[in-house]
Amino acid sequence: MNNSLGNTARLIGAGLRALLVLTLVCGVIYPLAVTGIAQGLFNDKANGSEMTAGGKVVGSELIGQTYNRPLKPGEETPSPDLKWFQPRPSNGLGANSVNTQYKLILSGATNRSGDNEELIQWVKDAKAAVVKDNSTAGYKVKPSDVPAEAVTSSASGLDPHISPEYAELQAHRVAEKNHLDVKQVRKLVADHTDGRILGFMGEPRVNVLQLNIALKELTEK
Amino acid sequence: MSPFLAGVLQLLALIAALALAYRPLGDHMAKVYGSTKHLRVEKWIYKAVGANPSVEMRWPAYLRGVLAFSAVSVLFLYLLQRVQGSLPGSLGFASIDPDQAFNTAASFVSNTNWQSYYGEQAMGHVVQTGGLAVQNFVSAAVGMAVAVALVRGFARSRTGELGNFWADLVRGVVRILLPISVIGAIILVACGAIQNFAGIHEVGQFMGGTQQWNGGAVASQEVIKELGTNGGGYFNANSAHPFENPNAFTNLFEIFLILLIPFSLTRTFGRMVGSIRQGYAILGTMATIWVGFVLLMWAAEFGGHGPAFEVAGAAMEGKETRFGIGASSIFAVSTTLTSTGAVDSFHSSFTGLGGGITMLGMMLGEIAPGGVGSGLYGMLVMAMIAVFIAGLMVGRTPEYLGKKISTREIKFAACYILVTPALVLCFTAAAMALDTPANSMTNTGAHGFSEVLYAYTSGANNNGSAFAGLNADTQWFNTTIGLAMLLGRFLPMVFVLALAGSLAEQTPIPATAGTLRTEKPLFTGLLVGTILIITGLTYFPALALGPLAEGLS
Repeated sequence: MNNSLGNTARLIGAGLRALLVLTLVCGVIYPLAVTGIAQGLFNDKANGSEMTAGGKVVGSELIGQTYNRPLKPGEETPSPDLKWFQPRPSNGLGANSVNTQYKLILSGATNRSGDNEELIQWVKDAKAAVVKDNSTAGYKVKPSDVPAEAVTSSASGLDPHISPEYAELQAHRVAEKNHLDVKQVRKLVADHTDGRILGFMGEPRVNVLQLNIALKELTEK
Repeated sequence: MSPFLAGVLQLLALIAALALAYRPLGDHMAKVYGSTKHLRVEKWIYKAVGANPSVEMRWPAYLRGVLAFSAVSVLFLYLLQRVQGSLPGSLGFASIDPDQAFNTAASFVSNTNWQSYYGEQAMGHVVQTGGLAVQNFVSAAVGMAVAVALVRGFARSRTGELGNFWADLVRGVVRILLPISVIGAIILVACGAIQNFAGIHEVGQFMGGTQQWNGGAVASQEVIKELGTNGGGYFNANSAHPFENPNAFTNLFEIFLILLIPFSLTRTFGRMVGSIRQGYAILGTMATIWVGFVLLMWAAEFGGHGPAFEVAGAAMEGKETRFGIGASSIFAVSTTLTSTGAVDSFHSSFTGLGGGITMLGMMLGEIAPGGVGSGLYGMLVMAMIAVFIAGLMVGRTPEYLGKKISTREIKFAACYILVTPALVLCFTAAAMALDTPANSMTNTGAHGFSEVLYAYTSGANNNGSAFAGLNADTQWFNTTIGLAMLLGRFLPMVFVLALAGSLAEQTPIPATAGTLRTEKPLFTGLLVGTILIITGLTYFPALALGPLAEGLS
């Protein structure tokens, strides 16, 4: 009995030492080495691909953000500032609940199923809003023109992109609100449309932040 | 180009890349596990461990090594989370509650990476990088070690010795996982994945004001999370988060990493048993199921059946614009047919049938191609069952790779395939029968049932993905899923190693005209059929209540 207890203790000891050594290799040396190389070679990307406009940091190329008006007194949810191109809905984003000293955003999806009543209502409301917001005097949006990603929440809630179709659809409204020519705005959209990587990977897309930065430059000319 | 065509081209590119890597990596791994030489850094590690890497172990000793190392790992990771609040470098994040810390420790040690916590608000640098990411390496290496031990059982005769666990563990990490991870991590950073040790910091926004961001060693963790088929995300959104998976190329690259080792191990297997073609037969089985599932998933997701998707025009809920439906479907199938569980789109918002396909993928036992190591040993157990069934049909004693599949072997194999379904179905039934667990469901009806079924399927099969509508951070789910993950990982390993020991003791029997040729396409067909029939018989009633009821309504 004593012997088998001793064997077990020896085995546990070997397991612990193996874990500690491998922790040193995989949990300290490896991440530090990769961080060193990353910071040296790809400093900008390793730190979040930040974008600047007018000398100020305005976010990350990779992280979606909202383009809303400031909250008015009595309002509970902010309304979109229609001067700017609008991103996808992000109903799955959460606020941190554990470490309340921070105001972190929790990435995430809604996780609602296709037959979920709440999701059906969200999609219907979003579609109605897209149609209403984007119809101008000379341009009527049909519900069938609205692309799917414009009325659904992304997986991360931080999707920085919209489809070229959705950007195109917003061009008329954006032109009107900014007193610009529609042609100018459509050219802006075309210039900021990225095709599939190498022609076949992923989907065509428009980065909303880059587009809005370019729009701002255009309006300030 | 239509999104469907782009999806097909992405699938073909993936197959081409995997085919290119198959031979060199498979041969390299065979050399690593067959070598008698030790690298200098390995000698140094063995010295620190106090183990002699040249001592051969029989199956009980090998198993004791696996269990001792894993038990210590669970305890260490549990304690690390419990003291997080007092550790420097934890960004002031609090210590994790006991039930969640147990769940997370069980999850990462069992190669599952089920997460009932939100990465960005719960785990600081020390726990993420020094605890969770380390288990991503070593739990993967343990899986590969057990698979190699089983292959040695086939390859060796009249011995019973299966190799040295410490040597297999250390070599898997040092010679296979680490080199690929370093290269992969740098590729990911070059494409935009973050890699820093910044604290939580404010970043200016376009409309004014700021957003708070986490920093972190994300790229270095992301790469091993996929390569080791672990799947635990740095952020809550996992591989959908742009800092983990910035563009469509990294997306394909991450799918490649998921599938790389599991597929290539069939080459290693073929080399070690002395017949490359036996490896091809197993590879053929895995690839057939994987490609078949991708095609089914495209049919379901491009079809976009479901009230909300029909209003929207397509099933884009829970999917990223940059990936689209085509690539998201490939990722979803690859992550659930392996034991990965990373997601670039949220399975709960897939169509009813699409969600069912992800579940069915896990229910196959994650063997096509499966987790690193676990996929290969799971598939070899299935191959023995297939040989056994064929033997019954012609009334001959079944044999596989020159080894008799007798009562003893088939008992171990049967126990292996019964463990996981028993865990999944019993825990799901218990959760449905009790009052409180049902409060965790976001959706009601068939989809609510699917959330619970998915959770236990994912846990017991060591996948780790979720129908994340389920609020799994309750004492009930943390505890029961934690148990399902540990039992679902280590009980099958017991049977696999016992089986390996039993095979290694046998005297090989020469092939005769009556031997079933297991390297032929006919056997691949038989194996695919066996897998589908066994899984179908086991899970059909449960699937009918969940995804089938939703998808067909």
